[in-house]
Amino acid sequence: MRVQHDDSIPGTVIFGGELALKGYALNKMCFSFNDRANREAFRRDEESYCRKFGLTDTQRNAIRSRNVLQLLEAGGNIYYLAKWAGIFGLTVQDIGAQQRGMSVEEFAEMLRHAGGQ
Amino acid sequence: MATIVGAIATSHIPAIGRAMERNLENEPYWKPFFDGYAPVRRWIQDVEPDVAVVVYNDHGLNFFLDKMPTFAVGAAPEYHNADEGWGLSVTPPYPGFPELSWHLIESLVSEAFDITMCQEVLVDHGFTVPLSLLWGRESRSVRTLPVCINTVQFPYPSPARCLMLGRAMARAIESFDDDSRVVILGTGGLSHQLEGKRAGFLNPDFDRLCMNKIVNEPDELARYSVQDLIRFCGSQGVEFLNWLVMRGAVPGAVEEKHRNYHVPISNTAGATMILEKCGEALFASERG
Repeated sequence: MRVQHDDSIPGTVIFGGELALKGYALNKMCFSFNDRANREAFRRDEESYCRKFGLTDTQRNAIRSRNVLQLLEAGGNIYYLAKWAGIFGLTVQDIGAQQRGMSVEEFAEMLRHAGGQ
Repeated sequence: MATIVGAIATSHIPAIGRAMERNLENEPYWKPFFDGYAPVRRWIQDVEPDVAVVVYNDHGLNFFLDKMPTFAVGAAPEYHNADEGWGLSVTPPYPGFPELSWHLIESLVSEAFDITMCQEVLVDHGFTVPLSLLWGRESRSVRTLPVCINTVQFPYPSPARCLMLGRAMARAIESFDDDSRVVILGTGGLSHQLEGKRAGFLNPDFDRLCMNKIVNEPDELARYSVQDLIRFCGSQGVEFLNWLVMRGAVPGAVEEKHRNYHVPISNTAGATMILEKCGEALFASERG
């Protein structure tokens, strides 16, 4: 029943060692957002919070532009990024719609039709 | 010896917890999902488990990328939930069962499963939402034992390895010298994908195949690679690994007593199943 051996899956991130290394600082910052005080510190001064964790320019730009696909590309892991997104009240549906390049309503409609296949 | 009464598989996403906090169970969007749990709660009342082994995955509350165990087993008298960062309210602590935990740990390691032992572990929605769904948010009528599977950082354990882990857990639990009645929870899934351009991917055909095969042909599912699973059920649908551990942990044949499947619940295919261990009626009459 093992039907394919190709590891690449279109539109899908396999978060392995290379991305884990590349995104470590970014993910560490996002992990810190489990604590309310850290979420508030980020809200107060986003730039210095990013600097404290040593994000790269690419990662800081992606944070600044709230761009999830760019954050994934920069080594972000979705489970930690979700905590960052929560600061702005963004749900997984908002994030999904953004990555798909559609409105949240369109995204919800796609899900209703068991979309994406 | 302890008895394994069966298994319950269930979705665990935070949106379910939020819906329960806001009493939305009977709203049209949620009703087809929540209605699927009335038979599960009745089954729990009939079968009376007093221990729940909860197979779940952490989503970045307890474990960070600095140290990421493949398999982690809780061994604490009590497990705490905490702020996950996006608004789900924190639940009261859950009683543990350290004696069973250490027996499980010793037995697993003796069978070459080199698991991580945790005397402190924060349990996230993957653990708390199923317990709220099945027993209620405040009820603490079962002792709990968390078993956490890595689905955050590659490489993940293979489906075959997860099924084997479950089978080793069954041998451990059934050799525990007391009269506990243990139910195994497999949480998460079914198909869904949160990240990338394929975000929102769902695959009901594959989900149904998984639900059919997991009953008494789990070895067929264990032949998939992790990448196969991700391809067919999405990068978070891979939480089906938890279901495979769960199925392995109920030895021998099981009877499917109930299933509910509803798409979509948030970004996911919502699902629950009861797999009762065959011969359980005998155990029930014995405890008469």
